[in-house]
Amino acid sequence: MTTTMSGIAASSGIAIAKAFRLENPVLNVDKRTISDVDVELSRLTHALTTSTADLKAIQKKTAEQISEKEAAIFGAHLLVLSDPELIGPITEKIKTENVNAEFALQEATDMFIAMFEAMDNDYMKERAADIRDVRKRVLAHLLGVTVQSPSMISDKVIIIAEDLTPSDTVQLNAQFVKGFITDIGGRTSHSAILARTLEIPAVVGAKTAMDDIQNGMMVIVDGLDGTILVDPEESVIEQYKQKQAAWDQQKAEWAVLKNEATVTADGQAVELGANIGTPKDIAGVLENGGEAIGLYRTEFLYMGRDSFPTEDEQTEAYAAVLKGMKGKPTVVRTLDIGGDKELSYLDLPKELNPFLGLRAIRLCLEMPDMFRTQLRALLRASVHGNLKIMFPMIATLDEFREAKALLLEEKAKLESEGVAVNESIEVGIMVEIPSTAVMADTFAKEVDFFSIGTNDLIQYTMAADRMNESVSYLYQPFNPAILRLVKMVIDASHREGKWTGMCGEMAGDEIAIPILLGLGLDEFSMSASSILKARSQISKLSKAEMAEHTDRILALGTSQQVEDYVKKLSNQ
Amino acid sequence: MIEKQFTITDEAGMHARPASALVGAVSKFKSEVTIEHKGKKVNLKSILGVMSLGIPSGSVVTIAADGEDENEALDQAADVMKSQGISNE
Repeated sequence: MTTTMSGIAASSGIAIAKAFRLENPVLNVDKRTISDVDVELSRLTHALTTSTADLKAIQKKTAEQISEKEAAIFGAHLLVLSDPELIGPITEKIKTENVNAEFALQEATDMFIAMFEAMDNDYMKERAADIRDVRKRVLAHLLGVTVQSPSMISDKVIIIAEDLTPSDTVQLNAQFVKGFITDIGGRTSHSAILARTLEIPAVVGAKTAMDDIQNGMMVIVDGLDGTILVDPEESVIEQYKQKQAAWDQQKAEWAVLKNEATVTADGQAVELGANIGTPKDIAGVLENGGEAIGLYRTEFLYMGRDSFPTEDEQTEAYAAVLKGMKGKPTVVRTLDIGGDKELSYLDLPKELNPFLGLRAIRLCLEMPDMFRTQLRALLRASVHGNLKIMFPMIATLDEFREAKALLLEEKAKLESEGVAVNESIEVGIMVEIPSTAVMADTFAKEVDFFSIGTNDLIQYTMAADRMNESVSYLYQPFNPAILRLVKMVIDASHREGKWTGMCGEMAGDEIAIPILLGLGLDEFSMSASSILKARSQISKLSKAEMAEHTDRILALGTSQQVEDYVKKLSNQ
Repeated sequence: MIEKQFTITDEAGMHARPASALVGAVSKFKSEVTIEHKGKKVNLKSILGVMSLGIPSGSVVTIAADGEDENEALDQAADVMKSQGISNE
């Protein structure tokens, strides 16, 4: 009978095969008093030499099968095996304390593992895993235990493990290893990143896979949504085989579009951007063929800490994003905090209607010093790329003018201080309040661009709190009222020679894309993983044809009618 | 003893790949070679030592060599810093 489990989807795709448990060797280290120091030292040397030979073989294989870059990690592992600051203390312990090599090794490595784990940086924390990996190999040689190696696998399997070490992962031969499941780990763990490089479907953080899955059991790994099915019934296997075939076909279709521009069937170009929260997200954007950053949410810089980020800290983060995008358009949204998003160190009074209260640009204009710091950081970083700045939740022209004036003042100050600033920074606004959408023609004369934030625009237009379950039926992206506002904004921007993007959930929606294309939206910004799918969809749509349907769609009465209309169109 | 200061320009700071190259390069010399960051000095022939400094981008570090081949050792270290893109000095 099918058992369903779930974990974190770490590498997409679907695999169906028998389970192969990769057991961790039992490496019990006892403390023993030894009588012959020389024998102990030569045991250590021998274990280090054989481990070095193992690692050199793995390094070579990795360089051949994956890349020189991935193989470099083993260069670091090899250096650990000959590190004077590690080997010195081990031999010293053996000599002066008359302890066995295993114990001395354990003690000396524990110290470094603890040191790396205590660092407040994810990259450094992962180095602790590297030391564990090296230690495991040397200990196994000292204890005469065989380390089970994934390179021994010669059947099509799905690997089940507590965790995969970096050296396990690179030995995975994609010809036999169809997928893997681990009990621990996250999306950014070393093994998850490598799984994506090798394009092996993987689910990590499954917690109890090693307890619940036995060798030889049939397993389905769905790396698209993190589902694991153990001992599935025939009908379930059949269903997943179809899902697998569909996924393979889609992937092949999307892959060819990675480095292509986004162009409709009738030759019209649009821009596909990504929404990001931290500089680290850039890798995923580029991996998925993003042409721009349509929304960089700067509030993450301010959250999860005890005080405001300094101007230098902010400059560094913004510069990292701009450099990472290598000249591609990057729209940075200034601080959007308040409402439901709180900062522990910013003591704001409780409000009766936080979504209608002191938040986003309103808060920034209320606290100009905080705002000026962010603007200075943005201006200082601007020389590193193609920066566009946008203000969130603008309700009136006065608010925009005030915010822009602060920006220009800071720019003038920086220039008088001799600091270089990019001269061609576009300044735009988020359109998420109906008053601004209605006044778009007036705004269009003063802003450089619009970006429509659909989540809030829908909430404010329908006067329905999107967090309130009782009125969730009013969250209607396809309500003609919303679409008419979107049209007003796009038309107004085009009349003034400006452009309009969209950075809400709606921009990546399959039903919304044909409508938005017809309305003339210039830039679509979505989660990075949706980009290739959207590009594929857009390449099959004709913008002119969609534009012909626009009037009919906007004349419909309800959200459901709009959905039905578009679905019928795409099935033709 | 001779020493030289470097500003780390690699965005990721002193990460494993360039650190490995640096450690590998100076390990060949007889001289004692150290790297100092924020008042903490470690053996530059130790990858664990160098990584334990957790040197971020923008830091200023001092590399010092002491011994019969100190000039060659420091020159080599400077070459690797530049060729690995860790520092542009």
